[in-house]
Amino acid sequence: MTTSAAPISITVKEQAARTPVRKNRFWSWVIFLVGALYFLVPLAATFYWSLRAERGTFGFEAYRRLFADTNFLPSFSESIVNAVAAIFLSLLFIVPTAYWVTLRLPRLRPVIEFITLLPFVIPAVVLVFGLIRLYSRPPLLWTATYDSSRILLVCVYAALSFPYMFRAVDNGLRAMDVKALTEAAQSLGAGWPTILLRVIFPNLRVALLSGALLTFAIVIGELTIALFMAQHTLGPYMANLTRSKVYEPSAMAIVAFAITWAAMGLIQLIGRGQQGQIAGGH
Amino acid sequence: MSSSLHPNPKFANKTVGGAKRPSRLPIGQWIGVLPFFIFSALFLIGPALILAYRSLEGPEGVLTFENYRQLTSETVLSAYGMSIRISLTSAILGGLIGFLIAWAISIGGLPRPFRSITSTFSGVASNFAGVPLAAAYIFTLGRVGVVTALFKVFGIDLYRSGFSLYSFAGLTLVYMYFQIPLMVLVILPALDGLKREWREAAENLGATSAQYWRHVALPVLIPSIMGTMILLFGNAFGAHATAYALTGGLFNLATLLIGQQISGDVLHNPGLGYAVAMGMVIIMALSIVIYSILQRRSERWLR
Repeated sequence: MTTSAAPISITVKEQAARTPVRKNRFWSWVIFLVGALYFLVPLAATFYWSLRAERGTFGFEAYRRLFADTNFLPSFSESIVNAVAAIFLSLLFIVPTAYWVTLRLPRLRPVIEFITLLPFVIPAVVLVFGLIRLYSRPPLLWTATYDSSRILLVCVYAALSFPYMFRAVDNGLRAMDVKALTEAAQSLGAGWPTILLRVIFPNLRVALLSGALLTFAIVIGELTIALFMAQHTLGPYMANLTRSKVYEPSAMAIVAFAITWAAMGLIQLIGRGQQGQIAGGH
Repeated sequence: MSSSLHPNPKFANKTVGGAKRPSRLPIGQWIGVLPFFIFSALFLIGPALILAYRSLEGPEGVLTFENYRQLTSETVLSAYGMSIRISLTSAILGGLIGFLIAWAISIGGLPRPFRSITSTFSGVASNFAGVPLAAAYIFTLGRVGVVTALFKVFGIDLYRSGFSLYSFAGLTLVYMYFQIPLMVLVILPALDGLKREWREAAENLGATSAQYWRHVALPVLIPSIMGTMILLFGNAFGAHATAYALTGGLFNLATLLIGQQISGDVLHNPGLGYAVAMGMVIIMALSIVIYSILQRRSERWLR
């Protein structure tokens, strides 16, 4: 797919950077290796610890105990469902809004940008404070049952993803010429649904995936809001485990890391295919 | 409603293909963003407003600033102070290191696979905040952590020499684990936005690599580097989960103080609790204002 673009970029790079890059590459390696050390040591230490649950030998006893815990898998699957629901909700609100603002209401951009940045202005612990005060009495008694709290939680998670999602989508929209694409589609007789679904969305796929990736990252192990809303999701479960057990938390940390690594590696892989298409298209 | 009958000519000029469809009414344009506004009002703005309202409420329901005056009490000030110190340090250090890593994997000339591995890992590591991160650091640098034990082998007792995971230095170190990857994720697109033509133009005019960075690349990048660092500041300032999992919620930090206030009125004054929450919002809002100013400056080039 990228064959048409790749040779060109390689020759340009070689021309542009014959001597200077060679010098820089040494520091690139130093930075990369120091960074890798900082990030891998805690993982290695945790993994080492997770193998020591049985006295005197290395083994997977800590993992066995973790999975044997009847609360682990239910809370984990509940968190996944919450995360996926929040991602779709967030996309549903952000993509049309970002597109519409880019195309039709550029003067509204600062307002939208400000609102999407609100999760940075309002820390999660403050947000849940306000949510509990707002929705724990009629007419909006949404924290009354576990399920209504859960819906509230998913909505809040979607809102928490706005900064990342809007940034990603907005960057994606800026990377293409939205106006020219829309005009071109219009002049070929396309209606709004066709434009959004067959022109804008395909060009945004990478941006949407990176936004979804970040949303997943924020939501899956989220503790603060779930904790104060008394939800049985992964975050509160893990916090409880860390307090009450010795070896299981290390297995839990490794499992959490491995599963999210797998999920995100997958998303990244799909994203790379798309990126290739875009590079080929240009 | 009557405004919809008088389409604003300014709007019509700004729309794409305005000549083609001049009859489109401005009210129709607003409907496209209405769901977003309603959703945000319910789950972001509403909760903030009720806290703002309650923080201004006195004992008899009268409007008062008394709660804000009490923010200068020692408990509140020290919690804020620690939060700000940790956030600033981890944002600046994490931002610099994250930028260097992003540079190394994009322009720095490392083989292509390192870039995708690093950005995937950054996505994972920024997710690794919260409980698993706290657990990992307890096993690494806690009192019986692996690295703590290694230091002991070389004759250095970390905890005797003043280090603690449950201190300013410890929390900052832990926070950097999600600050650096977030910087990498956010700043990579900006680095990609540096156009090859600029470098070529600079080199054709005889500039060295250092001159190119000082006079072309960095001036273009600095607003977005600063903007992202402010993003990191907010990221750390509002962080609750990691600190909660690490310290059991007992460390003197603004977010933990609010958490304690939700569970039970530890400040013995509900109004003060709302004011502490709003105080955090105000500090965060200030940093966002600076962020948006910087963002506007970087937009000029990295379009």
